[in-house]
Amino acid sequence: MPKSYADLLKEARSQIKEVSPPEADLIRERGATTFVDVREASEWEQGHLPGAVHISKSYIEQQIEGALPDRDAPVVTYCAGGVRSLFAAQTLQEMGYTNVSSMSGGFQQWKSQGLPWTVPTILSSEQKQRYSRHLLIPEVGTEGQTTLLGSKALLIGAGGLGSPAALYLAAAGVGTIGVVDFDVVDLSNLQRQVIHATDRVGEKKTESARRTINALNPDVNVVLHEEMLTDENVGRLIDGYDVILDGTDTFETRYTLNDAAVAVGIPVVHASVFRFEGQLTVFDPPSGPCYRCLYPTPPPPELAPGCSVAGVLGVVPGIMGLLQTNEAIKILLRIGDSLAGRLLLFDALDASFTELRLRRDPACPVCSEQAVAARVAGHPLPVPSSTYEGEFVLGARA
Amino acid sequence: MSTVRIPPVLRSAAGGVKSVEIGGATVGEVLEGLTAAHPALRTQLFSDEGALNRFVNVYVNDQDVRYLQEGSTPVEERDTIIILPAMAGG
Ligand SMILES: [Zn+2]
Repeated sequence: MPKSYADLLKEARSQIKEVSPPEADLIRERGATTFVDVREASEWEQGHLPGAVHISKSYIEQQIEGALPDRDAPVVTYCAGGVRSLFAAQTLQEMGYTNVSSMSGGFQQWKSQGLPWTVPTILSSEQKQRYSRHLLIPEVGTEGQTTLLGSKALLIGAGGLGSPAALYLAAAGVGTIGVVDFDVVDLSNLQRQVIHATDRVGEKKTESARRTINALNPDVNVVLHEEMLTDENVGRLIDGYDVILDGTDTFETRYTLNDAAVAVGIPVVHASVFRFEGQLTVFDPPSGPCYRCLYPTPPPPELAPGCSVAGVLGVVPGIMGLLQTNEAIKILLRIGDSLAGRLLLFDALDASFTELRLRRDPACPVCSEQAVAARVAGHPLPVPSSTYEGEFVLGARA
Repeated sequence: MSTVRIPPVLRSAAGGVKSVEIGGATVGEVLEGLTAAHPALRTQLFSDEGALNRFVNVYVNDQDVRYLQEGSTPVEERDTIIILPAMAGG
């Protein structure tokens, strides 16, 4: 016996619980319930319930499990008038979702009752194509991509670590990329600093980085800081950035950056390399330690030669710079577990990773509670010199 | 015996090897054994007063000995001791 539309609708109504827009709003305010907007993308772009997830009805079977793996979690579907959402809810029920309701009257009723709604940031059709592989991932999606486009990442150094980081941050659509570097491209850089090019030897690294970034992705606003990071300018240089990737070559710069970033609460993704090996972590106290907790004082220069003295296998900063970028993107999207409190050691010859636990030093002059209080009171605690000053005796670290 | 991993920057002072097997019941004993076998390491790891230099971190497996019992931290057979100096290269 073929069923008419009226039969199907009646059947759906008998199987699915309906909630009115005011009831739905109360449920929404309590949290814990996922609102699924099943309208077409063009309707969603005109406005939707705050916090709702968009899966148009034609994709509901394919996409709901990715968006909502827990079949017992409460779901409210809605559309424009309350019919498509009823059928979508029926599909969810058939798929084993146990707590599904549909909002009667749909988004039209919701709006006419003066309930809150928002207009999503819309990606242009070119952006949708460019970032389509991100948009397909539920953890990124349009919302995550919009977040990346609105984010600001600062690269300290456009060198071995900064080069791969700049390329992949740009490709990912991180909207603002700041580059701090005062150097010019040298032929010996090109063995690993892949953001530069042979015909740019002698050019400023910042300008060269901008050319490559914008050739890859014109969406990115590249901010050039052609200066050396110092105690005097660090506050101005890092101001307004959401995440910092530390790819510098000296201890002075690393300590200067650490102290300033901790003070304003910007996470620093840290990496360093030596020949075949690399170290990587995230400094984001109070989640995990800061650089001074890990290395209270710098080593004598002969124990920590830079790449220009000791050499480095070009691919090692490539790998470490990309792992930095991975951490930075996770931080910007607020997904996954960051490396805060963990140090990753990479050995290219063994192809091995070793993970060490890092702890906060309760007596740290920069990130401890006491240090924070002193800074707030306007009298920051003194810090050890960031250059080597003879031998240090292990002090009374708690 | 426990395995001591020598960081690249200290390898030339340790005969060029990446790791050595050293016996000892504590971290202090193992590092003592290490510097006895490779005296050139002593000044790089320890101050004149015999304390571990602050720019060197030592881990037993994945834990920093400064937050365990420092030199007295017990070492089991087959533990790995990792010497981790700061590196600045970028
Ligand atoms: Zn600290």
